[in-house]
Amino acid sequence: MAGRFSSMSQSTGLTFGQKIWSINWGMVLLVVLIFSVGFAMLFSAGNGNINPWASRQAIRFGGGLLLMLTVALIDIRIWFRYAYALYFIALFLLVAVEVMGTVGMGAQRWIDLKVIQLQPSEVMKVCLILALARYFNGVSVEDIGRPTYLLIPLALIAAPATLVLKQPDLGTTVMLAMAAGAVFFCAGVRLWKFAIVGAAGLAAIPIGWQLLHEYQKARVMTFMNPETDPLGTGYHIMQAMIALGSGGMFGKGFLLGSQSHLNFLPEKQTDFIFTMLAEEFGMVGGLGLIGLYILLIIYGIAISLRTRNQFGRLLAIGLTTNLFLYVFINIAMVMGLIPVVGVPLPLISYGGTAMLTVMVGLGLVISVYVHRDTFISRRGVTEEL
Amino acid sequence: MAQNHDDSSKSKTFSRRALFLAGGQALLFSTLAGRMYYLQIIKSDTYKTLAEDNRINLRVLPPPRGRILDRFGVELAVNEQNYRLVLVREQTLDVEATLDSLSNVISLSEHDFKRVLREVKRKRAFVPVTVRDNLSWEEVSKISVNAADLPGASIEVGQTRSYPYGPAMAHTLGYVAAVSERDLTGEPLLELPGFRIGKNGLEKQHDLVLRGKQGNSHLEVNAYGRVIRELSRDEGEPGRDAVLTIDAGLQTYVQQRLMSEQSAAAVVMDIKNGDVLSLGSVPSYDPSAFNRGLSTREWNSLIKDHLSPLTNKAIAGTFAPGSTFKMIVALAAMKEGIGPQHSVFCPGSMRLGNAKFHCWKRGGHGWVDLNGSIQHSCDVYFYDVARRIGVDKIAAMANRFGLGQPVGVDLPGERSGVIPTKAWKLANVGEPWQGGETLIAAIGQGFVLSTPLQLATMTARIASGGLKVTPRLTRGFNDEAGGIAEPDPQFESIGVPAEHMRVIQNAMDAVTNNRRGTAYKARIKEEGWEMAGKTGTSQVRRITLAERAAGVFKNEDLPWRRRDHALFVGYAPVHNPRYACAVIVEHGGGGSSTAAPIVRDILTETQRRDPSGAPAFQLLAPTPGQET
Repeated sequence: MAGRFSSMSQSTGLTFGQKIWSINWGMVLLVVLIFSVGFAMLFSAGNGNINPWASRQAIRFGGGLLLMLTVALIDIRIWFRYAYALYFIALFLLVAVEVMGTVGMGAQRWIDLKVIQLQPSEVMKVCLILALARYFNGVSVEDIGRPTYLLIPLALIAAPATLVLKQPDLGTTVMLAMAAGAVFFCAGVRLWKFAIVGAAGLAAIPIGWQLLHEYQKARVMTFMNPETDPLGTGYHIMQAMIALGSGGMFGKGFLLGSQSHLNFLPEKQTDFIFTMLAEEFGMVGGLGLIGLYILLIIYGIAISLRTRNQFGRLLAIGLTTNLFLYVFINIAMVMGLIPVVGVPLPLISYGGTAMLTVMVGLGLVISVYVHRDTFISRRGVTEEL
Repeated sequence: MAQNHDDSSKSKTFSRRALFLAGGQALLFSTLAGRMYYLQIIKSDTYKTLAEDNRINLRVLPPPRGRILDRFGVELAVNEQNYRLVLVREQTLDVEATLDSLSNVISLSEHDFKRVLREVKRKRAFVPVTVRDNLSWEEVSKISVNAADLPGASIEVGQTRSYPYGPAMAHTLGYVAAVSERDLTGEPLLELPGFRIGKNGLEKQHDLVLRGKQGNSHLEVNAYGRVIRELSRDEGEPGRDAVLTIDAGLQTYVQQRLMSEQSAAAVVMDIKNGDVLSLGSVPSYDPSAFNRGLSTREWNSLIKDHLSPLTNKAIAGTFAPGSTFKMIVALAAMKEGIGPQHSVFCPGSMRLGNAKFHCWKRGGHGWVDLNGSIQHSCDVYFYDVARRIGVDKIAAMANRFGLGQPVGVDLPGERSGVIPTKAWKLANVGEPWQGGETLIAAIGQGFVLSTPLQLATMTARIASGGLKVTPRLTRGFNDEAGGIAEPDPQFESIGVPAEHMRVIQNAMDAVTNNRRGTAYKARIKEEGWEMAGKTGTSQVRRITLAERAAGVFKNEDLPWRRRDHALFVGYAPVHNPRYACAVIVEHGGGGSSTAAPIVRDILTETQRRDPSGAPAFQLLAPTPGQET
């Protein structure tokens, strides 16, 4: 007991210097390493030039790094306090994008803030986990077993998921649902309830199929059989598999990927950038990058296990799962394991939104680590100690 | 404490489930690794091949086509540079503006204008679109001068086949034209747009040699087909030049001379080596039209023309040889022991069964021997000997002189003609041979058909004293490294006794040089150039009894199609023969009045030019011992 009290007093009384010191610098280093790989790939995608992609991405990364460290230094209790508020802001933005969002890529996803283009669905990925973590932090072990206590968190998921699906953005919807599912799972929701949701999901597939857009149906059909339509929707995935397969064990060498540099590979600087890496650096390079991600995820899971408050635990596991989903869905997609859903590879793909989402998420995970011994009561009382 | 208990319970559940979740994620990551192993290691070779297929584009480089030269090296078929105007969209500021400026410089039809706009839209920005083909030199220089105002427009140089002698050589050379679907063999060269292959004549005969070997260029292209760089290049082999036996100057003369008639053919041959010096056929056509591409109307007018300008009548026109066939009958008779002193009384006709066979001379020739029968072309004499020896003996002799089968000249489309036998008629007509048909065959009519080339070959074999002279059109092939010259042939004997040949030669001498010969008027008067020959007039209609009673129509009074064919075969100089010539004038009337003067003129011109005496274009030093 004494140990616990002492640690609590330590956490409440952290000075700025102590906080800097207790930041998980290993994680920051991993993030920088992964970004360096991304920078090299964007340099290659620009045919050996830092323009147009690598330079701009580096500037964004610099901003992202500052944001990540800032988020990490903010007291976990502040995040706890504003979790719902942030969630509702994100929800408001999602509604706003529905009303006034400009049309981009055939779907309403963006809010143009002149300085940056904001994608509320990405913001929601973080805010939903914040809200769910706070909610489950306040539910006792006994209450988790009661179905009525699941109605509110289900509503928290359903509202943004419906809006995102309507945009339409199937990939983000799936990610929101799965990351939320991980929080539910780790909060202790009974397994049979997952079974019911799973069964209901399966039963809903035929209905869902009817609601899909034509291009989404085509992507699924192409996934089932890419060779049937090599010049149409199957072209992307065929070319991606050719790029990957032709890379072999050690790859064709930096800047020497013929599939990428001769433009056979679609979207090589964004969603399909992993294919380019695997073409130029082979299976060794591809597994190396996956290894870096795995280390980052292990850090995240370890932090969640080390944390002494339920809010921090759920936040860390939810955000880590979110990172995992990004990485897995993107790589599985470009290797033809799942349909093309348009999910970027975080820290590698060109584009700011996904990178910022992941970095803010990791900032929160680091904040959880820095404040791992902070006590947060079920009612959210933290000041008493 | 409740709170503590609650938290430790939550913590335990969380830890268990978080590790479970981590396990699940590890499992999913390992499927990624498995997939990478499958794609990048197991299937790597397949995908490497596919990536190379994507990247590398094989471009076929057409080799320049070999020229065709005459015996002295004069160009008969050459490649000419062809200038075409192309437009590259990505180099223009505005396609329409460039086209507008272009139409101020050269004439550009509304149709071309619209076609270019259409094509430009359809093709990728870097693909050149042809605006106009076959630009004149003047137009090319105008465009070059105004180049600054014509962004995106440029001149490309291509090659087209050109025939400097035009219609005069059309039948022999043939022509090149676009590859049709039937010609495709899977060779990539043939699938090249704009590639031309030989479709007729020597262009077809020697197509593979003239064509050369294709070059290949391996190009690296991007996904849009734009060429990034050339990886490797193999130039291939240019086509080799073909050197002919033809004398272009003589050919021009012959074709010109034949033009006095509506439809005629002539062959001039070197007796010593079989070199075909001239192959004339009138009317002719313009071979470059096929290269350019014929309109349907032009094609139909060529096809439907009853004078068949597309047919090379010298090798593919078959005609009844008429009296020019009589030498063969006489030789067959001598072989069967009917000597030159055998005489027949010609009363103007001969009766066989209840049919009456007329001589061309109404009053008859009186007593004629072999020499006289040829000199006067007496039909009754040949009726008599043919009846004695039968048609099969005549056919056997005809075959020895090259009749009844293709003589084997190196040109596509040679016809074999017909030399009838009893067996032939049974097989082809389905009826037994009639005695009267032997008589008709004996004067080169009825079933007997031959080409002018066969008649020239026959004449050359007679003039050579019975050697198996065989015509040839190609002396060899030439290229930068040298050439292959066909050695002059050594002809074997056809096995007819020399004295028989001498009898026939003397009789043919009499035809032109004896005051009473049928072609005395058409003799060559220049000393040392005199020719020997034989006239022929073959009927294309049956003369009825009523007409014969009323007096046979003169040819001039008959419609063109019903007039007789006029033929003449001859050789010169009469005592040391070098050149043989055969001429047929379709529906030209009498052999002596129409065909003989043409042969006289041709053989005079041939001896004046003496192509066989002049040094020929050197292909390679002739191998010692093979000189003639």
